[in-house]
Amino acid sequence: MGIEPGRLHFSWISSAEATKFVEVAREVSAEVKALGPAGYFIKRRAEVA
Amino acid sequence: MLSYAEKIRDAAKRLLEAGTVDVFIGYRKGTVPMMNEPVLVSRPEDADVLHWDSHCGLNLCNYLTKRKDRIGIVANGCNSRNIVTHIIENQISREQLHIVGIPCKGMIDHRAVMRAVSGREILEVTEAGDRFTVRGRDFEETFEKKDYLRSNCAVCTHRNPVIYDEMVADPVEEPADTAPFADVEKVEGMTPEQKQGFFTSLIQRCIRCYACRNACPLCYCPTCFVDESQPQWVGKSSDPTDTMTFHLLRAYHCAGRCTDCGACERVCPMGISMRQFTKKLNKDAWDLFSWEAGLSLDQRPPLDVYRPDDYNDFIK
Repeated sequence: MGIEPGRLHFSWISSAEATKFVEVAREVSAEVKALGPAGYFIKRRAEVA
Repeated sequence: MLSYAEKIRDAAKRLLEAGTVDVFIGYRKGTVPMMNEPVLVSRPEDADVLHWDSHCGLNLCNYLTKRKDRIGIVANGCNSRNIVTHIIENQISREQLHIVGIPCKGMIDHRAVMRAVSGREILEVTEAGDRFTVRGRDFEETFEKKDYLRSNCAVCTHRNPVIYDEMVADPVEEPADTAPFADVEKVEGMTPEQKQGFFTSLIQRCIRCYACRNACPLCYCPTCFVDESQPQWVGKSSDPTDTMTFHLLRAYHCAGRCTDCGACERVCPMGISMRQFTKKLNKDAWDLFSWEAGLSLDQRPPLDVYRPDDYNDFIK
């Protein structure tokens, strides 16, 4: 539907896998930061004149 | 196709007189041309209003949900698949139903016909075989039905009912060479930016009337997510992001359930092709699970069961 690859991630992490959670969170945030702010599918505040 | 109407009336009369069913659900002629409307008949003498031609575009399965009585219903290919889906989802039981099956050769796209006569007012549409004639105050034109099929009917591969108690005619041949997902493949080939543009312009005209949801037999939740206010899942304005959220969520609720009956597109007052969303999900259901909705009472839908070999490449 037009979301850039890399902005959406799916992961299966058990509550016992703290290390995996940290790894995935770092990875995801780094990848999304690299893409920059999202410009699509963002609801903007209504502009009132 | 017109000969079906007589047989439907006979069947309805017979079933109602014998007390086999309490109510018979079919179509009657609408008040304007090309707009047949659903009708519920409960007295045998009223069965004469029942009608069938190439303008039966709404899905009758909508009227089955949670009914307690015994029901006679006419069903062509897609409608019968929705009946199967309804039974699988426990919205109605098979024992309550007497299904009068109709081999279908597709419905006519009323918008295409209106375009063909340049928007002049159509007063009458009559059918004979594979052709139909459109009449207005000062014009009369005849068209080939196959050139004016609705987009979903043109690529339909399930014209015959998959479930029925009696048939009004012999089954018709199922077309084999349709490319049902050609339009979806085109979108799949786009870059993310092109897709953004495509979907944004697709729903640009949406006025959030929810006619697509109301016409859809899959949408039977007591309270729809768009109507809920605590929590409010989606904004009620016509903000493009809210509108997109509505369309995406509506489509996802139909994943693995949609039979591509085309009722949503038929009823859209703005002529939006929202089948672009549901078709993608139908294609995914086919590619990933070899699944087409509503073909059998014995199989659970793919999103309803777990299999060890389920597709999960997207999860890291």
